[in-house]
Amino acid sequence: MKKQYFINANIIDPYNSINEVGGLIIGEDGKIEAVGKKVNTKNLPTRERPIDLKGKYIFPGLVDMRVFVGEPGYEYKENFKTLSNAALSGGVTSVVTMPNTDPIIDNVSIVDFLKRRGRDKSKINIFPCASLTKNIEGTNMTEFGLLQKKGIIAFTDGIKTIQNPRLMSRIMNSAKDLGCLIMQHAEDYELAKNGMINSGIIASKLGLSGIPEIAERILIERDLTLLEKVKCRYHISQLSSQKSIDVIKQRKEVVKFTSGVSINNLSLNENDIGDFRTFLKLSPPLRREEDREALVQGLKDELIDVIVSDHKPEDEESKRLTFSQAATGASGIETLLSLSLELYHNGSLKLETIIKALTSNPAKILKINKGNLSIGNDADLCIVDLYKPWIVKKEKLVSKSKNTSIEDKKLQGKVTNTFVKGKELFKI
Amino acid sequence: MAIKTNKAIKISQKHLLGIQDLSINDVNLILDEAQSFIKLNQSKNKKIDTLRGKTQINLFFEPSTRTQSSFELAGKRLGADVMSMNMANSAIKKGETLIDTAMTLNAMHPDIIVVRHQDSGACNLLSQKVNCSVLNAGDGRREHPTQALLDALTIINRKKKIEGLKIAICGDILHSRVARSNIYLLNMLGAEVNIVAPTNLMPKEIEKFGVNTFTDMNKGLKDCDIVMMLRLQNERMTSSYLSSNREYYEYYGLTPDKLENAKSDALIMHPGPMNRGIEIDTILADDINKSVIKEQVELGVAVRMACLKMFCI
Repeated sequence: MKKQYFINANIIDPYNSINEVGGLIIGEDGKIEAVGKKVNTKNLPTRERPIDLKGKYIFPGLVDMRVFVGEPGYEYKENFKTLSNAALSGGVTSVVTMPNTDPIIDNVSIVDFLKRRGRDKSKINIFPCASLTKNIEGTNMTEFGLLQKKGIIAFTDGIKTIQNPRLMSRIMNSAKDLGCLIMQHAEDYELAKNGMINSGIIASKLGLSGIPEIAERILIERDLTLLEKVKCRYHISQLSSQKSIDVIKQRKEVVKFTSGVSINNLSLNENDIGDFRTFLKLSPPLRREEDREALVQGLKDELIDVIVSDHKPEDEESKRLTFSQAATGASGIETLLSLSLELYHNGSLKLETIIKALTSNPAKILKINKGNLSIGNDADLCIVDLYKPWIVKKEKLVSKSKNTSIEDKKLQGKVTNTFVKGKELFKI
Repeated sequence: MAIKTNKAIKISQKHLLGIQDLSINDVNLILDEAQSFIKLNQSKNKKIDTLRGKTQINLFFEPSTRTQSSFELAGKRLGADVMSMNMANSAIKKGETLIDTAMTLNAMHPDIIVVRHQDSGACNLLSQKVNCSVLNAGDGRREHPTQALLDALTIINRKKKIEGLKIAICGDILHSRVARSNIYLLNMLGAEVNIVAPTNLMPKEIEKFGVNTFTDMNKGLKDCDIVMMLRLQNERMTSSYLSSNREYYEYYGLTPDKLENAKSDALIMHPGPMNRGIEIDTILADDINKSVIKEQVELGVAVRMACLKMFCI
């Protein structure tokens, strides 16, 4: 590989507290050789032709902590190849995949298969999760230790929640013993039963059963109470309401845990569902505008650590149904960054806060050396034209499934190049 | 009638999916048209040829007696070719999706499709996929517009107006599409609407619809001109919405002593089918001076004729 020189870029790397105009050098081995303001024409050998980025931004490659891939079992929705292409077009270079496949990722033998497929078909870094319980049935624990040894990064039942408090406390004990990260999708099944959207006026108008915010809060309160006794690595996958933020604010002083939020809940509210738009049937559901604002504030106050895409590819057939029959989830990995940037452009968040929640924070929670531009590390990064306007069109999406929650939305800011291990794998 | 306007001559919507989509002009047009059909339905020769050559398909995914027969009769009296499909044992059972069923039927060039479906929003989805007009005959918990229109017509014929009337809707509001459509329509026509239900059967934030809510039936019926009762579905007991039929009857069943709170000339309405002795006292249900339940059924045919005529392009 030839050495690559970039100059005149706005470099943001929250991990190394870099936020300056400068350049970046990718070495012949695909690692970052130099970064920052010192990299400029004056310091480069004259024989080299540096690429002038003219004020474009360089961010570390994004780390997306909640991604569903259809492999194995649902290859028609998304496979590793289509996922990695979609990720690259959105500047995402590392993903944490959910275990909700068919079969469920719950034993050692299937992890081998997963890693092989990930390695052969994907161009990005795949960090697979295994389930917390066998067949995500919420009854028996999986082999955390053995699975972790095989390379499982974290444990979660993905779209499911551990309902049984005794089981949850035992899971926490094991996780503590083995040093595993566990991630909970917080929802009380009984309170959320048959629910499809946020409980409230919109649900009443559309005649759909609601999911009250308390279904989320009660589970978070329970888990955080359990966590007081057992200090394990615990992460709340996605928050959706103002009340949940209040709980987190109180408990942050007492116990250590981390939390995430989906870009959907940060950018949209229940009114967007309009006339039964099944692409906005999400879990957790979109809630009131006050909740969305509280989530943005939560990021600002560093109560929420990460932003995830909650990328859940669903084929047309699963969505072209009545609202109650339609599948839950939206495709979103390729719009994750651009949609997040909306929060910068409209003045809600600082650029650095957003990038931190998309790069160094998830990497820190996962304990992986990704999401930074440290010298000597793999050059996983993206170049972004921060002001480029574009419109989301589903036919232009790279993902195999086109169920975007923001069809026709006007966005500002687009990834123009993505590098993994120094190789340019995506270019507009 | 509530507000008379003389501008519009055509309905503003292609489909009748819900009262929410209608303007007051649309409502008045339909109600005026329906008035003219009441007489026809009482005459000896009930058949006219307004819709001759038109095809009407009744697509009922949920069991229904009165709505389905009412729509069928309405279509036939207007001279349309009516086909009623009972979808409970059809291709849907074989795994066909709603959209595919719609496309199949659409290929047969119907002029109007009448749909009843257990899922809220089903007819909205269907209407996006077919070329003809779609009439909603009840979708999940969302809307049942023709029921609200026939209720309005019944009230107008008895009370000569709706504006300024105080109307109580009582019972299982949460699961009721009739309640929702009626709230929209009665509000639009200027009535004051009281909602009476136990909290477990009250939709969230229903007060934002512009209604007064009561958990005490006696207070909710105070000075009402109309008492509209809703059917209580038996499966509500098993899922712990309520403890028992007899307790429900005690607190939310319409009895002569609770009715005392309403105006002396108050009328009793019920969309049917009734559970006598659960939500309504059997003597009250049959009281010809107070109950207009049979009239509702009669006017239902007229309202549906009006809707078929106006939405059939």
